[in-house]
Amino acid sequence: MCEKHDIVIIGGGPAGLAAAVAAYDAGVTDVVVIDREEAPGGVLRQCIHNGFGLHKLGRELTGPEYAAVYAKEAARRGIRILRETMVTALSPDRVVTACSREGILKIEAGAVILAMGCRERSRGALNISGTRPAGIFSAGTAQRLINCEGYMVGKKAVILGSGDIGLIMARRMTLEGAKVEAVCELMPYSGGLTRNIVQCLEDFDIPLYLSTTVAEIHGRQRLEGVTLISVDENRRPIPGTERYIGCDTLLLSCGLIPENELSLGAGIPLDGITGGALVDERRETEIPGIFACGNVLQVHDLVDYVSDEAELAGRSAADFVRGISPAGKTLPVFAEKGVRYCLPQRIHAGASAPVELYMRVAQPRERVKIVARSGERILAEVSRRRVAPGEMEKITLKPDALCGAEEICVSLEDL
Amino acid sequence: MKKEITCIVCPMGCRMTAEICPDGPKVTGNTCRRGVDYAVAELTAPTRTVTSTVRLSGGGSVSVKTREPIAKDKIFDLMRILRTATADAPVRIGDMILSDVFGTDIVATAEAGKEA
Ligand SMILES: Cc1cc2nc3c(=O)[nH]c(=O)nc-3n(C[C@H](O)[C@H](O)[C@H](O)COP(=O)(O)OP(=O)(O)OC[C@H]3O[C@@H](n4cnc5c(N)ncnc54)[C@H](O)[C@@H]3O)c2cc1C
Ligand code: SF4
Repeated sequence: MCEKHDIVIIGGGPAGLAAAVAAYDAGVTDVVVIDREEAPGGVLRQCIHNGFGLHKLGRELTGPEYAAVYAKEAARRGIRILRETMVTALSPDRVVTACSREGILKIEAGAVILAMGCRERSRGALNISGTRPAGIFSAGTAQRLINCEGYMVGKKAVILGSGDIGLIMARRMTLEGAKVEAVCELMPYSGGLTRNIVQCLEDFDIPLYLSTTVAEIHGRQRLEGVTLISVDENRRPIPGTERYIGCDTLLLSCGLIPENELSLGAGIPLDGITGGALVDERRETEIPGIFACGNVLQVHDLVDYVSDEAELAGRSAADFVRGISPAGKTLPVFAEKGVRYCLPQRIHAGASAPVELYMRVAQPRERVKIVARSGERILAEVSRRRVAPGEMEKITLKPDALCGAEEICVSLEDL
Repeated sequence: MKKEITCIVCPMGCRMTAEICPDGPKVTGNTCRRGVDYAVAELTAPTRTVTSTVRLSGGGSVSVKTREPIAKDKIFDLMRILRTATADAPVRIGDMILSDVFGTDIVATAEAGKEA
């Protein structure tokens, strides 16, 4: 069976749904969204806490409510969503192979939008020594078990990693009656949003140990405790700082990895730092007609920006289907001093709309400015009282700033 | 008395300095109006929106939230009530699950069960 559709979107999370709606509204109505879960919404379905949508929708919603807003918009337009359908392969000429209960499905797509989200780094990927008892979960798995399946995962917990999921789960476990002994963070600063440190840890007097990691896991059947150890500035354990904490549960919240197996299979070049595709300002990858947005492209902390990025990808894919291509040569974008990465990695000089550059800084800093330069010329700059790796920054380039620019370098400078 | 407050109304997490003066509150560091309201509340009567899940009588659960924020020191009392509460499917987003607890209602934040 081989179908043909104008736009095929892989992943029905907030990115996939927003891209679908935007492509439809841009005039390409033959859009199909494919998701392996039984309902669209992606990871938001398990994020029952609130804090979503204030910037994009002007209201504060919980994850399922935010997802429902977009699912409803997609349904209102009659956009087809294939559920419980897993995309297993993507070819560079945009043939999408998927399987479902009905069997194998092949779709020739006019354009493809990658919106597969990301998955959590697992214990194996972290290499913690010790025994292999039950009671060790990734924070997102624990979140799904508690919020969606109705299973409480433990009574006394230690959380490794102070990313947002870890912080959110510290509060969630506490509310459900568990004692969260500590959140440990390898780095000297938290990877989560300040707001989550305040309302998930400080509100409940949960200690946050920075520059600390789990050195050993104890217990045979069920986890009995962990040994914590402090680390120096090179992240090397400091002997003599070991301390034991009894607990039956260890949650790992140590980062997310974009799910780009399909992209690699299609030969799409990835960025070594973001783990996502290299894209231009329209979110087109280096393979024509294949676009990317959301967490599969760069790990976002705010779903609002996921929706913005997805709408951009949706409109760009619609342009591609209608034969509209970008003007001008491509200018490479480089992240320099103090900036870990910058996205998009290339920009068309003829871009007609303002281009937003998204970035993460390498270290927390105070009183800085973010500067985009081409040679000596300053294309744009903004000042910030405070920046941190856990909070994505952006700077906007006006179309006339791009005129005559060569390569673009983004750096962080003292005010 | 001046107080350093991190606004938690939205994920921007603005760092503010707030003080209640005789001629009204003085807040700096906020990006939008909500920050001022939050700072004043935090200095006088802190509140939080609480989200959790409630059991469905036919099995499974549905996510819920307080319609309005409740007093911060009532969070655990509310959790005790939610632990024993049940709802009947089908549930739609916004359906009232419990009324008038700590001055607000508990409403569903997801769909559950067959569409009516
Ligand atoms: C625990 C947690 C807390 C968060 N808290 C906040 C918060 O407070 N505020 C905020 O603004 N944001 C928050 N976020 C971020 C926000 O949820 C994400 O940025 C957003 O969900 C990313 O959307 P996405 O569509 O890119 O990915 P996802 O939501 O992960 O969706 C990807 C979808 O693609 C599907 N998929 C993947 N591969 C395939 C395949 N091969 N075939 C078919 N389908 C596939 C998946 O099943 C999934 O449904 C949080 C995230 C997490 C995990
Ligand atoms: S002041 Fe406004 S922008 Fe800043 S965190 Fe509060 S609500 Fe968000």
